[in-house]
Amino acid sequence: MELIQRNLPALVVVTPLIMGLITSIIGRRGLGWYLAMGTTAAVLAMSIQLLANVLDSGTQTVTYLMGNWPTPFGIGYVVDPLNASVLVIVSIISAVVTLYARKSVASEIAHNRLHFFYALWLFCITGLLGITITGDAFNLYVLLEISSLSTYTLVALGRNRNRRALTAAINYLVLGSIGACFYLLGIAYLYMVTGSLNIADIHDILANKVFPTWSTGAPMYRTTVIAGFAFMAVGLSLKLALFPLHGWLPNAYTYSPSAVSALLASTATKVGAYVFIRVIFTLVGVNFAYTLLHTDTVLMLSAGAAILFGSWMAFRQTNVKKLLAYSSIGQIGYITLGFALGNAGGLTASVIHLFNHALTKGGMFLALGIVAYRTGHTRLQDLRGLGRKLPFTMAAFTAGGLGLIGVPLTAGFISKWYLVSSCIEAGRYEMAAIVLVGSMIALLYTWKVVETIYFGKRDENAPVVKEAPITMLVPVLLLAGGSIYFGIDASLTSRVATAAAHFLLGGAP
Amino acid sequence: MNPEMILSLALGVPLLGTLLIVMAGRVPNLREAFTLLTALATFGLVACLYPYVVHQQAVRVELLTVIPGVPLAFKLEPLGMVYALVATLLWIPNSLYAFGYMRANNEKHQTRFYACFPLAIASAIGIAFAENIFTMFVFYETLTFSTFPLVTHKGNSDAVKSGRIYLGVLLTTSVCFQLLAVMWIVALANQGDVSSIDFTRGGIFREGLASNAIDPSIFGLLFFLYIYGIGKAAVMPVHRWLPAAMVAPTPVSAFLHAVAVVKAGVFCVIKVTVYVFGVDTLRRYDQGGWLLYAAGGTILIGSLIAMFQDNLKKRLAYSTISQLSYIVMATALLTPLSIFAAVVHIVAHAFGKITLFFAAGSVYTAGHKTQVSQLDGIGRRMPWTMGAFTVGTLSMIGVPPAVGLVSKWYLINSVIESGRIAGGHFDEIFALVVILFSTLLNAGYFLPIVYRAFFKPLSEADQKHPHGEAPWPIVTALMFTAGLTLFFFFWNKPMMELAELVRRAVG
Repeated sequence: MELIQRNLPALVVVTPLIMGLITSIIGRRGLGWYLAMGTTAAVLAMSIQLLANVLDSGTQTVTYLMGNWPTPFGIGYVVDPLNASVLVIVSIISAVVTLYARKSVASEIAHNRLHFFYALWLFCITGLLGITITGDAFNLYVLLEISSLSTYTLVALGRNRNRRALTAAINYLVLGSIGACFYLLGIAYLYMVTGSLNIADIHDILANKVFPTWSTGAPMYRTTVIAGFAFMAVGLSLKLALFPLHGWLPNAYTYSPSAVSALLASTATKVGAYVFIRVIFTLVGVNFAYTLLHTDTVLMLSAGAAILFGSWMAFRQTNVKKLLAYSSIGQIGYITLGFALGNAGGLTASVIHLFNHALTKGGMFLALGIVAYRTGHTRLQDLRGLGRKLPFTMAAFTAGGLGLIGVPLTAGFISKWYLVSSCIEAGRYEMAAIVLVGSMIALLYTWKVVETIYFGKRDENAPVVKEAPITMLVPVLLLAGGSIYFGIDASLTSRVATAAAHFLLGGAP
Repeated sequence: MNPEMILSLALGVPLLGTLLIVMAGRVPNLREAFTLLTALATFGLVACLYPYVVHQQAVRVELLTVIPGVPLAFKLEPLGMVYALVATLLWIPNSLYAFGYMRANNEKHQTRFYACFPLAIASAIGIAFAENIFTMFVFYETLTFSTFPLVTHKGNSDAVKSGRIYLGVLLTTSVCFQLLAVMWIVALANQGDVSSIDFTRGGIFREGLASNAIDPSIFGLLFFLYIYGIGKAAVMPVHRWLPAAMVAPTPVSAFLHAVAVVKAGVFCVIKVTVYVFGVDTLRRYDQGGWLLYAAGGTILIGSLIAMFQDNLKKRLAYSTISQLSYIVMATALLTPLSIFAAVVHIVAHAFGKITLFFAAGSVYTAGHKTQVSQLDGIGRRMPWTMGAFTVGTLSMIGVPPAVGLVSKWYLINSVIESGRIAGGHFDEIFALVVILFSTLLNAGYFLPIVYRAFFKPLSEADQKHPHGEAPWPIVTALMFTAGLTLFFFFWNKPMMELAELVRRAVG
């Protein structure tokens, strides 16, 4: 036990990586799912333990050196309250979605490829967890590519249901690769200046040796650092699907297999947001990014536009899956707005919304996956009258929708509360107004679906539909229940998010 | 049992009732029995709290902390007691009425219907006893959502369309205005500029304004956000949801859209005016004067529109809009006596208006008539129903011996006693003119109905379709509320005691 406890940070990433390889070799005949399920459950246990360790430790950080090579020469994993909570988000979602995936994936993907699916699934999770935990900027890029490449393939596997999955995947691949390249370029520029790839080390060098010279007559590497940061910011915005760089997202979410949409929507963009936060607050520091470059203004503009545009486009969709995808673009706007505000409240709002939105949207995508499983479609007209046929699934979907609107006693309300409060605190009244208007548009698009579900009449000759199998229903109810629970008692999430926010700001120069 | 326990139970029993009603869904008689039992138990519990309020004992229950520093908490207080008593008392006859109405009209999905009522009541009690503005907001929203399935009960395209208006108006106003105000005040409280987020005697802004920490214009803006954030008070132009809600079955219109929901609105208006903004503070910094005119305008315009509605329920709805603004206008006069009048009118209007709605539903059930023009001679066929309707009418106009006169009396008194009429203050003169003129309008749109019912002969078509009174639960319920309307003219001690306590909290 002692051995596991000591090596937890490495195990969280290495376990799914190795299990992914094993799955691709021996995962035939349905074994793949069992391997994936066991792995994600183990990862969940480990990441919860890690979060507890971090919050209990005095310094609020746990550092792990790969192969005991000291940083900045070796790769160090650094766990602090922020990424420990993101780890927990990713591992909760992946465990719950894996539980759900068994029936759903079997109905959407050819049986002789199932083990490849689960191998890719585990690689994708490996990448996401690794990005989150690593303290090394280049290692982060490698893991980003691991998760991205497997994601492109996972999206493409949706082709059995709709051939457009292939073009969506290509589109995602091109834009995703551009994003990753930009990030890599940015790292390269910073490496030119600092000679280091370790995030904490880069930060120290920039803060102690580079930035102080900028106020003197001979600024060092000013253009290089700015260019590097700009490349990283654009690359990460692409990964995060921040308006106007969101183009790849709607189709990728819409045409991928149901389980993949849920996993992507609740983890991939969240990890992107995490990296962005990390780069701004830990790597270059808020003084540089916000005070000097005014990145916060740009981010706020993008976030505001994302909220309004994403929500409005969601309202105009007739395919519910696409509607949820556009809604995600809006929700990414909320998350971005939070960290763009730069105050403790805003960061808390961002972190708490990472979690709340993962639960809410994940649950909704899963519920919609049940509709696809039972009816074969996710068009709005296919949901007519399903409130009577799939009572639990549709109740969960509705609960999620209420969360997107931000109705009190749902998790979405808590996020909105923190977000609007910090907008007011920062004197950004116009952003507070945009958030509230955004939630009204969310009411429009949610209600469009809810009305169809409960007041629509099902066609006379439509096939009989019954409630989902239990292994699909339980994950949906877990996530929906969670999104209600964390709306009623937000003390746990508030505590963790506040700790993360204060840690970040405390660590900022 | 200690009062904290009773208060918690008053919130919990309706939820338990919902559970029992859903479980008994297949056995209608048992389900209805549970409904009635829940209603009786809830009223009993709230009534048990009455002595604690009168003796001004501090009773407080904290449910949980949703967000650090912002708990869901409840506290006994006289104004909330008035609203809670009215809502839970009238739920009893309304349940009885609903049994008769829903069965006679063969309505579908009755279990869902009965299950939603206790949720709405629990929300109403939550609003009534909310200790802070956050709790009030949360239960305000749950009231909207728990009544949505009731409004759209019929499920046809009309119901869906009306449901959109209902939810759209109520949510947009509450989220964009009220929630913003709540968060703003919480932010001010975190900075120490307002004294707390709890409802406090004299309001929470006094120190902040005195020390110039808060600009009076911000104070006025928050008041504006709050008043229009409480869409349930239906001050024009955010009144559209109320006529739309008339698509619901009559028990819903009668109880929710004459009592629980709309009274929640005006109750919140009084509560924030007295306990958040403070009557004296509003006067001193000369904020919120516009409200008097907004409410006065709503009274007159609402009455005028009611005049031209042929649909009986729509006419009642516009009458409600106008009557609600009596309460808002009384509040906006900002004197202790006018607040007193506002509190009394909450009770008076509730008794009268629920009777009128009951009668409208009774006519629909027995004779399938929805329009005023169809009511010729119906008084002879349905003497009890139309008799009760007449009592309700008298109360609306303010004619003795109905309780409507009591509130109107205090309202006029408060205008005159302020001594500002003689001083030529336009505000008070305007209020007086509105009261007098709208009384005429009230008579103008209600008395013709009574006249038609009792003095016009039956039309030829009607003579071929004989019908009698509605089923007994309906008649019993409307006789009960008509009786209350008369009874409270002669004996109204609890109402007066509580209103007096509110008045003292103001002055």
